[in-house]
Formats: sequence, C-alpha cells, structure tokens
Amino acid sequence: MKVDTQQGFADGTATAVAGSNEFPVKMDGKNVNVFYGDKQAIFDVNLEIRERQVTALIGPSGCGKSTYLRCLNRMNDTIESCRVTGLITMDGEDIYDPSIDVVELRARVGMVFQKPNPFPKSIFENVSYGPRIHGLARSKADLEALVEQSLRGAGLWDEVKDRLQEPGTGLSGGQQQRLCIARAIAVSPEVILMDEPCSALDPIATAIVEELIDELRQNYTIAIVTHSMQQAARVSQRTAMFHLGELVEVDDTETMFTNPSEKRTQDYITGRFG
Amino acid sequence: MSATTIIAIVLVIGAVGYLAGAARARMVVGGETAKLHSRPGYYGSFILIWATLPALLLLVAWSSFAPVLIDNQVRDTIPESVRAEQSATQQDLSINIVEAIAEGLRLLDERELQQATAGFVLLRPLLADKGVALAGNGEDWMIASAQQLNALRDTNIIWKSIAVIGLSIVGFTAGLLQIRAQLRARNRVEGVIHAGLVLASTVAILTTVGIVLSMISETGRFFSSVPPQEFFFGTVWDPRFANAEDPDAAGQFGLIPLLAGTLYIAFVAMLVAVPIGLFAAIYMAEYASSRFRSIAKPLLEVLAGIPTIVYGFFALVTVGPFLRDLSGQIAGIATGEVSSFISATSVLTAGLVMGIMLVPFVSSLSDDIISAVPRSMRDGSLGLGATRSETVKRVILPAALPGVVGALLMTASRAIGETMIVVMAAGVAARLSINPFEPMTTVTVKIVSQLTGDLEFTSPQTLVAFALGLTLFFITLALNVYALYIVRKYREQYE
Repeated sequence: MKVDTQQGFADGTATAVAGSNEFPVKMDGKNVNVFYGDKQAIFDVNLEIRERQVTALIGPSGCGKSTYLRCLNRMNDTIESCRVTGLITMDGEDIYDPSIDVVELRARVGMVFQKPNPFPKSIFENVSYGPRIHGLARSKADLEALVEQSLRGAGLWDEVKDRLQEPGTGLSGGQQQRLCIARAIAVSPEVILMDEPCSALDPIATAIVEELIDELRQNYTIAIVTHSMQQAARVSQRTAMFHLGELVEVDDTETMFTNPSEKRTQDYITGRFG
Repeated sequence: MSATTIIAIVLVIGAVGYLAGAARARMVVGGETAKLHSRPGYYGSFILIWATLPALLLLVAWSSFAPVLIDNQVRDTIPESVRAEQSATQQDLSINIVEAIAEGLRLLDERELQQATAGFVLLRPLLADKGVALAGNGEDWMIASAQQLNALRDTNIIWKSIAVIGLSIVGFTAGLLQIRAQLRARNRVEGVIHAGLVLASTVAILTTVGIVLSMISETGRFFSSVPPQEFFFGTVWDPRFANAEDPDAAGQFGLIPLLAGTLYIAFVAMLVAVPIGLFAAIYMAEYASSRFRSIAKPLLEVLAGIPTIVYGFFALVTVGPFLRDLSGQIAGIATGEVSSFISATSVLTAGLVMGIMLVPFVSSLSDDIISAVPRSMRDGSLGLGATRSETVKRVILPAALPGVVGALLMTASRAIGETMIVVMAAGVAARLSINPFEPMTTVTVKIVSQLTGDLEFTSPQTLVAFALGLTLFFITLALNVYALYIVRKYREQYE
C-alpha cells in the first residue's frame, strides 16, 4: 500500500491539490463541534476523508466517532437536540450551507448502519427503493439492470437472484448487511459511510463484508467506524483515532498500527484501555 | 358479632401470626437467619395465611349457606292452614313481612316487646314509631315466626363467630408448629400468591362467559316465539305491543334495518375519524417536535375521556340544529326556497359526532404503532436520500399498515357498539335508506327503547333486546378477534 502519510490533515485547504501518488481530499471537516443539548460530544475535530480510500474511525465507545460520521451526511439533523458547528465540505462545498439540499447530499453520501436494517419489503424493492425515489431508472428494464448491478456490486447477486421477490428480512444477518450495502450503492453515491457494519455479524459474514469493502474502494470513497482494531488494520488505508470527543491522531494505517506518534493511540491499539 | 368484627378479629390474629411466625423462625435457628430456607418475613406470611385464609373461606361458605337453612326453618313455622291456601309467591311475600317484623322487633325494648307480641294490630303502630313501615296484611302468626327467626339468627352468629375464630386460632397454631429451618416457606407463600393471581385473571374471563350465557338463555326464549330466519333476514322492524284493538299483534322483528343503520352510522363515523386520526398520528409520530407532542398528545386524549352522553348533548343541541339550518341556507341559495334537507337527527349528525369521539382512539393507537416502527427503518430511508414524506409513505406506513388496520378495526367495533350518541342524535325510525340526511336507527338504540319502561321479560317485544345484544356482541367480538390476529401478525415482522 503506497500512501503518502505526510499530508497535514488540518492545513486549511479543503481541496488540497493531490500529489502524484496522493489521493485527493473528498470530504473535509474543520473545527467541527457537535452538541447534544448542552452536552458537547465532539471538540474541534479536523478530519478529512480522501477519495477512493477507506478511512477507519477507531476509539473507545462514546468517543464521538459515530457522531462525526453522521455529520458527514447530516444524519444528525434527524436528532432534535443535536447542533453542529464548524465547517464540513464535500468537494470544497459547505454541506451545511442553506443552499445545499440535504436530500441530495444524502444521495451523494450513502450510509450503512450498525444493525442491518432492510425494509420489510422484497429484496428487489429494497434495492430499487433509492433509484425509484431519485428517478434514476427510465424504464423497468433499466431498474432491473440497476438492481442486478448493485447486488453484484455487493456480492449478493448469486445468492439471491432466484428469490428477488422474497422479503429482505428473511436473509441471514450477513446477507442483510450486504443487501443494505447494495441498497446504498444503487443510488451511485460518491461516499459511503459505514457505522460499525460488522458488529452484528458472525466472523464468516464479517470476512465477506470486509472483502467487499476492499473491492468497493475502487469506485467509492469510504469512511468506516469500527470497534475492531484488526478490522481497521485489514480494510483501511488511513485511520483516525478518537478519544473523549477529540481527534487524537490521524495517519496512514500502517504507520498508525506500527509506530503511532501518540501514547494514547498506542495504549488503545495494544489493548491497554478502551 | 357482625361479619365485619369477625373479619377484623381474624385479621388481628393474622397480624399477630405474622410477627409470631417471623419471631419463631428466628428462634429455631438461634438468630442465625442465614440457616433458614427462606427470609423470616416468609415464615411470618406463612402463619398469616394459615391463620386467615381457611377462616375467611369458612366465613364466606357459612355466610352463603346459613341464610338458606334459616329461611327453610322459618318457612316450616308457617301454619298449616296458611300454607294450604297460599301460593308459593304469596308465601314469599309473607316471609318478607316476617323478616321486616324481625328487624323491627330488635328495635323495641322489653316493655314494648310485651305489648307487641299481643298481636299484629298493636305491633304495626309501634314499629311505625321506630321508622319501620310494615305492609297492612300482616297476621298474628308472623310475630312468632319473626321471634324464631331472630333466635335462629342469634344462634347462627354465635356459632359462626366461634367456628371462624376457632379455625383461625387452629390455623395459627398448626402453622406455628410446622416452622423449622428447612420449611420451604417462600415456596408455599408464593404458591398461594400465584393462585391469587390466577384467580384474579380468571374472574374477568368468567364474567364475560357469564354475560354471554345469561344472554343466551333469554335469546333462546325469544327465538322460541320468533323464528331466527325472520329475525336475521327480516327487513321490517315493527315490534307492536299487543293492544285491545289487535290482541294478536305479534309485530315484526327484522334485524336488517337496524343493522344497516348501525353499519351506516359507523361507516360515516369512520369516514370522519380515520383521516383526521391518521393524519394526527402521522404528524405526532413523525413531524411534531417533542415539546409539541408532549402537550398535544395528552390534550387529544382528553377527547377520549369525555363521556359519550356529553357528545350526545353536543350532537343534539349544537351539531344537529346547525346542520339543519345550514342545509336550509344552502337550499335557499340554490332554489330560493328555504327548506332543510338535513334532519336535526340524522345519520350525518350521529356519524359526525361519533367520528369526533373516535379521533383520539384512531390517533392514539396509530401513533403508538407508527412509533413502534424501528428507528433504523427511518434512518435507512433517510440515509438513502429519501425525504421525510417519502419515508413516511414508502417505509413507515407500509410497515405499520397491518397494525394500523388492526387499530381501525378495534375503533370500528367501538363505533358499532356506541349507544348514547346514536340514541340522542340518530333518531328512532327503523328505516332502510341510503340518504344520510335522514334519521336511521341502530341496534343499540333499539335495545334501549325495547328495555325502557315498566316491562315484563316474557314477551318477544322485550326479549328481542337480548337477541339484539347478543348479535351485537358477536359482531364486535369477531371484529376484535380479527383485529388482534392482524396486530399479532404484524408484531412478528421485527422479531
């Protein structure tokens, strides 16, 4: 894995020009603070997500990594008491700007949740849900092609092609999670956010999903929250370490796991706390 | 000693038993309560149960059987001559007088008693002074019977007190003797409590069964005089009471017009309640801020607490006349001739007001069901870039639909069984009509009207009320069972 690790992550240039072997910045957060009512969950976080890379967010429970992830597609808007300050940009555009349509943003920044949450509809309808509401398919044949393509993309096609009309809730946990990934990629997002996508899965299903994440990196920008150090090491190219709502350190994954610059990071990844 | 005093004494014995049981339990292990099988309190409760439960059961049994025995003995004192000439009903009346005299005699002092026993004629004014009014047709033998009744009652109370309190003490002692460290007091006590819980839940079920059975026997009597097919398929409701001009008038008991009215009014009510209630529920569950919700939801549910007779007044005094006047105005504008085409009591009035009454049922039940759709469904949809309304229409409502349908069916069964609003607002004319502006009537209204007044429960005119009630019961029961079935099916989806 050849990744330049020397890029300062808080240098103030949202659209830093990529070096020859450097991935351009896709999403960038500057001085992000998040409050739930009076309680502050995130303190001055500066973190960028780079294009066509997997960025892992690690840290002990309650450290704000999921909260940060949910800021990136404004899912926090659905929580009444939640308030976000600071600047978050996507391709240089402020995503909290009033001129931005949050619906359009979420179509560009998809999300996969901790627990597989297929809709109580058929497999086909689960995948075609997004394309339908965004009008992505012109004809029924188009839609069917799109569903097949998405299911193939999520590595689920061969398992479900004969039972597309059966309910999505009838699949196994790992299949359900891949269905949710297929559902997310069906709307062709640019970024996919994954909030502990494997925490409800068994090791075999986890391995399959991890492999899938690695493949998805070719076409999508991915940010993943995980509790598993090994998973972060396996699937990500960059890792950000959160603790108590602060960003402790962000670096190339290899560096992070072999030679972290912060003692807290070292303690956490070696299992001394967390 | 009255029953209340006996119960009080038994409870005191029980309370002492509780303390004694706990103390004895501590004593048998020399204060080391850890050696006991159960906590000391359970040994206390164990004695409490032994001291009170058998005694109170005996009291209940004694109190229900003793009066029957006493009554039989008093009947034996009726002189042969009287018994020969009186019917059973007349004898019942005589016994009633004897009981009244017995009550009265207790109020008299020694000297008055001397006078009173001389004869009924003297007794009557004496008792009237004490506030006990007697029927005029008393006879002298009744005084002796009354005295015997009093004597029997006194003996009964003495023996009852001895037996119950005795049993309580025996239970107390027997329980105390059983206490040792290995006694599984907790299991025994919990067994009794368990039985109590089972009993409590059975009472509700048995009551329902009892209600149905009592209606079935009366309904059977009705069907013995009116054939079922005439009742269920008859289209004319005209239960004429027999009168002098037409002594053979049997009347016609056709259920169809009543059922049609019931369903029609319920339909209009649902037409009002379902959209308002459902939209209110969607707003409450999906859009309202938690502050608005915390204020509006209880306010909406206040509507459910208003007695239906108040809605009836509202329909009768406000809505009905308003609709009538409004229709007059509309007719005036349209044709130049002011004539109301909506009657003050009409299907529309009743349906409208009943619909308002049902709004909180629909909204509250649907709100709960919509809120029960997991948050992850909302997040999944919103995360794909769906709008709030797309999420509600395409994910939340389809997921909640079976539950909502169940809620609506339960609401419908309320609408069908509703009585007071229709009694006051729908009219009493049993007609088959599709015009909602005219009065119709419902099953419940006819039950009320057939049973109002001074009636004997022997003619089909009154017995039909039971057949109507039973029919209504089965309709609402079927709706409720179906609703429960649907709701249960829906629950399984997220498990």
